[in-house]
Amino acid sequence: MDDNLVFKALADPTRRLLLDLLFERESRTLTELESHVAMTRIGVMKHLRLLEAAGLVVTRRSGREKLHFLNPIPIRLIHDRWIDKYTERRTSALVNLKTNLEAK
Amino acid sequence: MMTTPNGSETIQIYRVYIKATPEVIWEAITQPEWTVQYGYAPLVDYELRSGGAFKAFANEGMKAFGCPDVISDGEVIESNPPRKLVQTWRMIMTPELAAEAFTRVTYDIEPVRGGVTKLTVTHDVTGAPMWGGVARGESESSGAGGGWSEILSGLKTLLETGHPLPFQSGPA
Repeated sequence: MDDNLVFKALADPTRRLLLDLLFERESRTLTELESHVAMTRIGVMKHLRLLEAAGLVVTRRSGREKLHFLNPIPIRLIHDRWIDKYTERRTSALVNLKTNLEAK
Repeated sequence: MMTTPNGSETIQIYRVYIKATPEVIWEAITQPEWTVQYGYAPLVDYELRSGGAFKAFANEGMKAFGCPDVISDGEVIESNPPRKLVQTWRMIMTPELAAEAFTRVTYDIEPVRGGVTKLTVTHDVTGAPMWGGVARGESESSGAGGGWSEILSGLKTLLETGHPLPFQSGPA
């Protein structure tokens, strides 16, 4: 999965709102999601398609309905690859500082 | 939590793309030599046939934390290597978890292109709200791990780099 697609998908407030809605409660229909967003059905569909392309939303058919699920894995991978790298460095910097101060 | 409009079913879906063959991914899910190297690092024991038993054993690190020997049990419903595995899965680490319903996990393993395989985990946690919370990673801050996100990102890193994630909590 392409990181650029994930960052691009996350860069929009409506798409973040849609993800928050799916985090709160999964397996929502388009109609349900639409009712929380001040936007046309077509607009919401466009955003959902982008989220799906980025792998952040996975859909599944249940009878006549298409249900949307949040897939948190792409965010986790970004966390593993980027954020953790930097927080780890900061933590070890603090540990070094503590060791240095305590050695005095 | 997550309920479908009919109000009874609770499903979680996770998807990850891994640069590995379906065969390798199948092995990494079903063989204990692999499962101790990522995620919660249990030792799994699968009887890979419909109706076969599934058990997961605690590793040494978990036992040091007071885990019982057997941490999960269940039954294989469908074993179709290397493309599809369906099983029931109950957590029995604590009496509260053991009292919940058996959940159902489906692994769909689908080659995409360029040596990349799509792995989709569908977890029906209906009747098991605690296991569902752990699976979702809701208890990560209290030490219960990051659920499927941690398991699947760990699996991807292991298979793509040959090394476990540096911060995974597996056995020494």
